[in-house]
Parts: sequence; structure tokens; C-alpha cells
Amino acid sequence: METVLWNLLDLALAGLLLGLGWAAVASPDLKRGVILFIAFGLLLAITWARLRAPDLALAEAAIGAGISGALLLLALRDDPSSEAGDGIATGPVAWMTALLTLMLAGLFGWALLTALANPGPERLAGQVAAHLADSGVTNPVTAVLLNFRAYDTLLELAVLLAALLGIFALGPARPGFKEGGPVLDGLIRWLVPLLVVTGGYLLWVGAHAPGGAFQAGALLAAAAILLRLGGREGGGFPGPVLQRWVLAGGVGVFLLVGLAVTVVGLDFLEYPRAWSGVIILLIESFATLAIAATLALAYIGGRPSGWDASSTGRTTERQEQS
Amino acid sequence: MAEWVTFAFLIAGVGFFAAGSIGLLRLPDLHSRLHALTKADNLGLGLLVVGLALLDGGLVTGIKLFLIWLLVMAASAASSYLIAQQAMRRGSR
Repeated sequence: METVLWNLLDLALAGLLLGLGWAAVASPDLKRGVILFIAFGLLLAITWARLRAPDLALAEAAIGAGISGALLLLALRDDPSSEAGDGIATGPVAWMTALLTLMLAGLFGWALLTALANPGPERLAGQVAAHLADSGVTNPVTAVLLNFRAYDTLLELAVLLAALLGIFALGPARPGFKEGGPVLDGLIRWLVPLLVVTGGYLLWVGAHAPGGAFQAGALLAAAAILLRLGGREGGGFPGPVLQRWVLAGGVGVFLLVGLAVTVVGLDFLEYPRAWSGVIILLIESFATLAIAATLALAYIGGRPSGWDASSTGRTTERQEQS
Repeated sequence: MAEWVTFAFLIAGVGFFAAGSIGLLRLPDLHSRLHALTKADNLGLGLLVVGLALLDGGLVTGIKLFLIWLLVMAASAASSYLIAQQAMRRGSR
């Protein structure tokens, strides 16, 4: 009886996911589409939780639904031509998109089917479980992200940084929002410290339970976005010089640690076993700050006001020349 | 007996959520929709929290659930205030 109930629930969840996904893509009104996309993200988080992947559920809720949703909403605010129906491709472009999407879906479906049909000699999960004791942490997800496949995570952080530099190249930041009223202000006063504490907790707990740098960073970024929405232009950031250090620190500390271990004769990113727990926490702490700063600055959508100040010397020179 | 009380709380909570959702769909204007949502959801979530805390039985889980309820209430009260304020500004313009 109980399994039947759970199956029904899962079926309803899967159906809702498909329906929401379709509605979000097919909606002619972009704003409605974005809001449906946020709902889709939240439902996807529940689905991950049902699949017993709480790490993914946390990341999906914080980054997929939360931060991406905020970014999309902000993009809508900027777009002057966001009339109903605008931005929906028609004619050959729509056909090409549909064809490409179908091909991509076919590829993914084929990959999923082959993975399910051929379990292979050894699944990766088994290998992770067998070597978990060597990793310095007891949470298998963190062990994979920060130890076994640390190289991937390092590149991921580099991609984040590169994306942010691309956003900075778009121009200076947009003006922030007007100051919120006393109610929003009161909520922010309560929520921001709570978000900071929860972010720190997630970072710490990532060693042995669901959590980690990406989730913690997303929460800190949410705190910064909240501050900016409430009319605090700086978004709780440190000065521009420190901002640069924080942004570079994620990849930088990761790289430095990876290179430092080569001095003792180990391979790049191969941690000495006795120290791996501490090293992972060190890398994750800097990564959390860098991720938070990257996501929040991506939300601001351009170089924050302080960044251009240091280059004013150059600008004026150029102006004098011309 | 205890099980029945638990399920009564859970079902009552779900009932409030259903009523809130119907209100959101059926009520004519923004303010009454907000009214239906916030009242029903806060109470509905409260009943669910009580039911779930009883179902788990642990004190720590109960406290956590209670704190989540407080957080959701604060957030939903503030956001419905903001929505109503924005609607009023637009209306008066």
C-alpha cells in the first residue's frame, strides 16, 4: 500500500515536471515563462530529494531555481521590448531550434538507455564507496568533487570566473533598486544574518553530509542579492580591491594547493592523506566566497561602481589624447 | 490514537492549502487572492508542521520544523505586503 502511494506521488511529480517544463518553454509571455521556470526548478529540487540526492536538491533549489530565476527576472526588467510574444522565434529559426532540441533529446535518451542497459563491470559509485576512507571526508559527493575529480571542480570554478569576466566586459553595473520600505528592511535584517550562518553551516557540514561550497556560495550570493534588492547598492560586498582577491581566490587557492603538493613529490592535486580533510575545507572555504561573489556580481550584471575608479587614471589619459 | 491525531493535523493542513489554492484561482482581485493565500498557507503549513513533528516524535526535529514555519511566515508576510504595496502604487498612478 505504501509503495503504491509513493509510486503515485512520484508519477504525479514526474507528470508535473514535464507539464511545467513544457509550459515554461511554450509560454508566449516571457514573464510567465520565467515564473514557471522557477516553479519547475523547485519541483526539480523535490525530485532530486525523492531520488535520494539531497546535494543536488540543495544545489538545484539554490542555484537552479533561486539565482537563475533572479537572473532571468532581472534580464526581463532590462529588456525594453519585453512585450508579450516577443523573443519567441518563428519560422525557420523555430524549426531549426526544434530539430536541434529533438536531436539533443535523442542523444540524451540514447545515453541514458545505454547506461541503464549496460551496468558495466563496475559502477563509479562502487569505486567511490571503496575509496571514501582515503578522501579525508565522509560525504561521497564532496569526496568526488574536491578529491577524486578535483580537476573538474577547479575547471568549473575557472569557468565561473571567465563567465563573470564576460559579464564585466558588457559594461558598468546597472543602477540598483530603490530603498525598500520598513517591512522589506526588517525582513532583510533578519534573513541576511541567517543566510550567512546557514551558508557557513553548509560549508562545514559538506564534509560528512549534504552541503558544500556551491550550496553555501549560492546562499551567500542570495544574501547579497537580497541586500541589493532592498536598496543597498553595495550588496554587502567589500571594497573593489578585496573583491578582486575574493574572486580570484577560489581558483587561486585551489591551484596553489594543487601546485604546493607537487613540491613534496605528489602529483598535481594529489593531497597528502593525513591532511586531505583540512585541505578540502581550505579549498572549499575560498571557493565558497568566490562562488558567492561571482553569482552576486553576475546578478549585478556589470562592473560594480568601484571597479572603474581604479582605472579612471587611464580613462582620463585616453580622453586627453583624443 | 496518536496516529489519528497526527493524520487529522496533516489532512487539515492539506485542506487549508487546497482552500488557499482554490482561493488563488477563483477570487476576483489581487488583494482577496493575497488574503486567501497568506492566511490559508500560514495556518496550513502550521498544521502540517504540527502533524509532521508528531509523526517524527523527536524534539530536535520538532524545533527545526517550528523554526521553518516561523521563517516561512515571516517571508510570506513580507512578500505579500510588498505585492500589495506595489499593486497599490500602480493603482494610484
